[in-house]
Amino acid sequence: MTNRQLFIAFWTILVKEIRRFTRIWAQTLLPPAITMTLYFIIFGNLIGSRIGQMGGFNYMEFIVPGLIMMSVITNSYGNVVSSFYSTKFQRHIEELLVSPTPNWIILAGYVIGGSVRGLLVGLMVTLLSMFFTELQIHNIWVIASIVFLTAILFSLGGFINAVYANSFDHISIIPTFVLTPLTYLGGVFYSISLLPEFWQNVSLINPILYMVNTFRYGILGVSDIDIGFAYGIIIGVIIILFSYSMHLLNTGKGIRS
Amino acid sequence: MTTALSITDLRKVYDNGFEALKGISFDVQEGDFFALLGPNGAGKSTTLGIVSSLVNKTSGQVRVFGHDLDKDASKAKCKLGVVPQEFNFNMFEKVADILITQAGYYGIPAGEAKQRCEFYLRKLGLWEKRNEPSRNLSGGMKRRLMIARALMHEPSLLILDEPTAGVDIELRRSMWEFLKEINAEGTTIILTTHYLEEAESLCRNIGIIDQGVIVKNTSMRNLLQQLNTESFIMDISPVQSLCPVIDDYQVTMEGDHTLLVEVEKSQSLNPVFAQLSEQGVEVTSMRNKSNRLEELFVSLVDKTLEESVEGGQSK
Repeated sequence: MTNRQLFIAFWTILVKEIRRFTRIWAQTLLPPAITMTLYFIIFGNLIGSRIGQMGGFNYMEFIVPGLIMMSVITNSYGNVVSSFYSTKFQRHIEELLVSPTPNWIILAGYVIGGSVRGLLVGLMVTLLSMFFTELQIHNIWVIASIVFLTAILFSLGGFINAVYANSFDHISIIPTFVLTPLTYLGGVFYSISLLPEFWQNVSLINPILYMVNTFRYGILGVSDIDIGFAYGIIIGVIIILFSYSMHLLNTGKGIRS
Repeated sequence: MTTALSITDLRKVYDNGFEALKGISFDVQEGDFFALLGPNGAGKSTTLGIVSSLVNKTSGQVRVFGHDLDKDASKAKCKLGVVPQEFNFNMFEKVADILITQAGYYGIPAGEAKQRCEFYLRKLGLWEKRNEPSRNLSGGMKRRLMIARALMHEPSLLILDEPTAGVDIELRRSMWEFLKEINAEGTTIILTTHYLEEAESLCRNIGIIDQGVIVKNTSMRNLLQQLNTESFIMDISPVQSLCPVIDDYQVTMEGDHTLLVEVEKSQSLNPVFAQLSEQGVEVTSMRNKSNRLEELFVSLVDKTLEESVEGGQSK
């Protein structure tokens, strides 16, 4: 295929993905907006006003970056895992497999599709947060790059989950039992400096901590961890997940008999 | 003449150890209308699955118009259109979107894809349904949608895996006409079907696969010429208690007023009527026992089964 044909194939997958999640907007875009509004009201306004300062900022200012990242993570992951699994389940993955579209374009289409949903929901939550607090911007480049990298990373995670899934139960196990706990323990609602030293060290093996803190650094200018190290970890994990996803596609795991 | 599909020593062993293909080889020439027949589980769908890149082969080589499916997959796939046995499109997508999306996977620009979409939907009688979600289509319409989708990139080789399964007679006949038309325009077609009448009326060449091996690969004409005998069922009157004897012919009673008469190619039917008439037996009606191809198919498959059983017993 020529470069133009490759781009058309990529664009086709991307448009199909965007059309899917916008067609079912009441299931994909509305729930995170409502959930995050409740977080802002309950944790930010009602409880947060009694907590006082966290990391030198009022509690609402502190949790907003974490909640935005939480939306990006869950929606990027959720979009790819449900979309690609449905594609497998209904067998229309075969439309792609018989076509000359190369595997890396298939992966790119689904991952960028998931990232677009993650970023769109992240933007919605950011706009909603402005009703509750004044949003600061410490470094726009850090904000833009980390939110994009996070969306890519979790879209890749969702893809791998979908490849291995054999039932609809399998696509909810990882988000429920792994992703949600890691997100809550990733410093969304607290600074890890509040934890005993042992649990601080345990927290450092949670990759979500690095994303949330880097994003918080971009907004507030404060972080529990070194930003350069965080970028290294995130890019490293993306490379590993991308390589593994390509291996799964090339060997036909879960999609070819 | 160019070879449209060349399969060489193709083997497939599934993870559970089942050997679905035992090193089959056959060619299909450009412009051919080729039937791949075999009983359920013979290896037809596995073969077509490997050619379509939906099944991983264990070993062997597949070439589509000279392009190796391993080394030059992109060019090979561009030449190939596939109509699978089961519906495999997104049931929530609109009919037109399914076709335009499929064209996109082949790198066809949106404007051209929309033109082709209209052409094939009109051709297959689905234009009025273009904005309907595909789940709202009837079974026959879904089959036609899959054919339209497979044609969007205008493949040189079209593979149809039981395209008329569950389709009513009228629609089946109209699909036959359509397939004959695109074959006449130059598209090579490979068809699997359980309707042997379909293969007999459409296909010029035939491959019969059974238990993972090709048991016959020849032209339809050659295959039908191999039939030495034809069986006729004759309704007779009056009722007979004993089977009439007809010299030089094998006759069996199928009931007290029905005879089954085996007639070799070299024999005429006249002596049968004459001898029955001499014995006071009147033939009230007569018909062929079954479809000619069906007889051959059953005999070939039965032969493979017997050989397989004998081979198993001797081990």
